Amino acid sequence: VSAFWGGVRASLPVVLGYLGIGLAAGVVERAAGLSYAEILLLSTVLYAGSAQFVLTSLLALGAPASAIVPTVFLVNLRHLLLSAALAPALRGVPAWKNALLGLQLTDETFVVASGHSASKGLRFGWMAGLNLSAWTAWAAANVAGAALSGLAGETRVLGFALPAMFAALLVLQLRIHRHFRTALAVAALAAAAGVAAQLAVAGPWAVVAATVLGASLGLLLQSCTSGPNS
Amino acid sequence: MHIRPEFLALVLACALVTALPRVLPLVVLSRFALPRWLLDWLSYVPIAVLAALTAIEVLVPGGQALVIRGNVAIPAVAAAFAVAAATRSLLLAVLCGVAAFWLLS
Repeated sequence: VSAFWGGVRASLPVVLGYLGIGLAAGVVERAAGLSYAEILLLSTVLYAGSAQFVLTSLLALGAPASAIVPTVFLVNLRHLLLSAALAPALRGVPAWKNALLGLQLTDETFVVASGHSASKGLRFGWMAGLNLSAWTAWAAANVAGAALSGLAGETRVLGFALPAMFAALLVLQLRIHRHFRTALAVAALAAAAGVAAQLAVAGPWAVVAATVLGASLGLLLQSCTSGPNS
Repeated sequence: MHIRPEFLALVLACALVTALPRVLPLVVLSRFALPRWLLDWLSYVPIAVLAALTAIEVLVPGGQALVIRGNVAIPAVAAAFAVAAATRSLLLAVLCGVAAFWLLS
């Protein structure tokens, strides 16, 4: 129990961040025509900030589910790396408990958990406290944002929270990448390719094409600059 | 207080494809390691996705045509970039980006 509350205490910076971003997400979701029940469902079951923004904006553009689901998959594929990185610290934990912890893995809780594991190791109770606290704050902020969107009126301005969050996440991802200059080249190519593909075919597949192109260029540049053995 | 059946199906499908990369490595990877090149390729995926999404949202606002002249989203997203780089705070960067967008439009 004390490990659980330690996790809750460690989640406070994440909770504060989620209250802000969650409010913006709720406003955008309500503006896109989702009901309160749908917003609660989305934020508790999907529970992924950028994927919720992507789903909402694609839904508003009238994209079919056959395009939305693969795009959400690609956006959330990055969790593969975070999940893999936490695995060694949770080796003694039963598989079903690790599965529960993995379901609520986010970029922000990963940052807190990996910081904690470096000094004190990870326990299931502590992780559960961190996860449940962040999850509750996210869902509450989404619903509160939905309630505020009627008062806000100017949803076009609040909708800019979406590209602003993408831009900020991009900066944070670039900072922690081991090959900063290669990562910067990947970002530039993916941005240009994304815009070109969007103008050519006007659809969500633009992001998929730009991602595959950008990540492959990154792998190529990395192997050219650092050699096959490093 | 209503959930459309097709929306429920969409959220469940999205949740399933989201759960797989969140859960599988944590459960499985203590036994099997992914090949090095795949891990390297995956490390560029979030960067490429975020760069493409940001560029499209800012430069192709309606989803159809490129808008450069008089596009207040360009300086506003530059403000978000600068604040994120200087403070490493997601919340502060989003607030400053939205505030810049609001002041300029």
